[in-house]
Amino acid sequence: MQGEAMQENNQPQTNVSSKAGAYVFKNERVSIMNKVMPVLLFLCASISVLTTIGIVVTLISETFAFFQKVPVFDFLFGTKWSPLITPKSFGVLPLLNGTLMITLIACLVAIPFGLASAIYLSEYAPKIVRKIVKPILEVLAGVPTIVYGYFALSLITPLIRDIFPNAGVFNALSAGIVVGIMIIPMVCSLSEDAMSAVPRSLRDGAYALGATRFEVALKIVVPAAFSGIVASAVLAFSRAIGETMIVTVAAGATPSLTANPLDSIQTMTAYIVQVSLGDTPHGSLEYGSIFAVGMTLFVITFLLNILAQYIARRFREEY
Amino acid sequence: MQPLIHINKLNLFYTSFHALKDVTLTIPEKAITAFIGPSGCGKSTLLRTLNRMNDMIPGTRIEGSIAIGGTELYSNEVDVETLRKKVGMVFQQPNPFPKSIYDNIAYGPRLHGIRSKQKLDEIVETSLKSAALWDEVKDHLKRSALSISGGQQQRLCIARALAVNPDILLMDEATSALDPISTLKIEELVQELKDRYTIVMVTHNMHQAARVSNQTVFFLSGEVIEYSDTEKLFSNPTDQRTEDYISGRFG
Repeated sequence: MQGEAMQENNQPQTNVSSKAGAYVFKNERVSIMNKVMPVLLFLCASISVLTTIGIVVTLISETFAFFQKVPVFDFLFGTKWSPLITPKSFGVLPLLNGTLMITLIACLVAIPFGLASAIYLSEYAPKIVRKIVKPILEVLAGVPTIVYGYFALSLITPLIRDIFPNAGVFNALSAGIVVGIMIIPMVCSLSEDAMSAVPRSLRDGAYALGATRFEVALKIVVPAAFSGIVASAVLAFSRAIGETMIVTVAAGATPSLTANPLDSIQTMTAYIVQVSLGDTPHGSLEYGSIFAVGMTLFVITFLLNILAQYIARRFREEY
Repeated sequence: MQPLIHINKLNLFYTSFHALKDVTLTIPEKAITAFIGPSGCGKSTLLRTLNRMNDMIPGTRIEGSIAIGGTELYSNEVDVETLRKKVGMVFQQPNPFPKSIYDNIAYGPRLHGIRSKQKLDEIVETSLKSAALWDEVKDHLKRSALSISGGQQQRLCIARALAVNPDILLMDEATSALDPISTLKIEELVQELKDRYTIVMVTHNMHQAARVSNQTVFFLSGEVIEYSDTEKLFSNPTDQRTEDYISGRFG
């Protein structure tokens, strides 16, 4: 089909001019373009869809195979994760605990700071500041996460250990804070977009009633941009859950059900890295476990996205 | 009619554009003053200096004097939030907040510290009654303000402005986005409100100025050409340009 199209393309419009005098409304090149282009574009679009399907299918089948050997119940509710040492134990809760702790700390850092900077940029900052700061933020979002990992290990961890001498070299707090710092630009940028989209007339209405800038921001702009802000918060949450390098470098490799952020922990993603890096034989129990863990991650993020859409719709203030 | 607002040799620049030129004017208390003139003549700009909404536009510079009841608006003695509480404004496009009808009205009072439910209920009712909207919406105060018609929305915006108990009400072409019936309702409403409030309205519509206002000010390219009692200005203008404008020869 490709070859045919090329051939046709090489004889442009000759049959239009050859029938001079008659009205010809047919052009081979145009009609072929109209047939070929949608197919090409569809193929491009389907690559990502097919990849997604492929990933999900692999995840499900490998996870299923894993659960033939380890009962689902033991996996979901087990409190001990020691896949490499016999007796092997595959209780995912310690990993889940690690992931949620990192995510919680990260969101506690990223959402307030991100939102505050978004409010500053959208409501207070002069145009020139916004013009300079926004691109910088976007550059920040492009810094490789491994760099943030070393930032955590070499800067934040020593600081934390100065304040809390009993903190480990690897600890959840340091990694969580830095994951938070990493996603501030994303929260800020997305929330700022949502807030800038709120029509001026709404702000004017509030200003005319004697509202201060802060009151306008908090009581008019934020509620009106709420669905966008929720979307940014949820994206932040998913980024934090899925973040891998920072936690691998700075949070340690000790799956534990601790509630103390100064302890070393292991997240689900860091465990997947650990197993993938080692010489785990294909088809072994450990090999299967990373798919089960990956599946758990996938389900959590998926549910979160649905929740976010629900929240965004439920609390939307249309304008 | 006691003069309330004194404007003396007021000049306003947007960066390099000279938007108001040596404007000198008094506006009487508890009466309706209409600003008329062609687009871009500075009438809205002057209106927006009365509650300092121009502050929001970067590059605005002001010279001269503008005072309400003897207090200079652009002095350090004035904080804009308190000024705007006393000088309410209604805009060209109805701009209700995307909240319930009740919350729209209660927004201002809450902002200024009123928390009691009973007091808020009272304010919502009196404000909506003052804006001649109560009977139409009293049964669905919890409904979104965006679900009512454009004319009702504009009266809601008037009620919202009245809820913070201003002395002066500014109306920036408040009926130009509305149909004739809604416009008429708002004109009638404004007539009732003038006993209690000083009203300054900008209008594109000369006939509206003639129908509604007590005093009319005619603007042309940033200058006040003439101002006087509405009746006199329309029947017996002193300036040729005023006569040309009101007789429809330009604008």
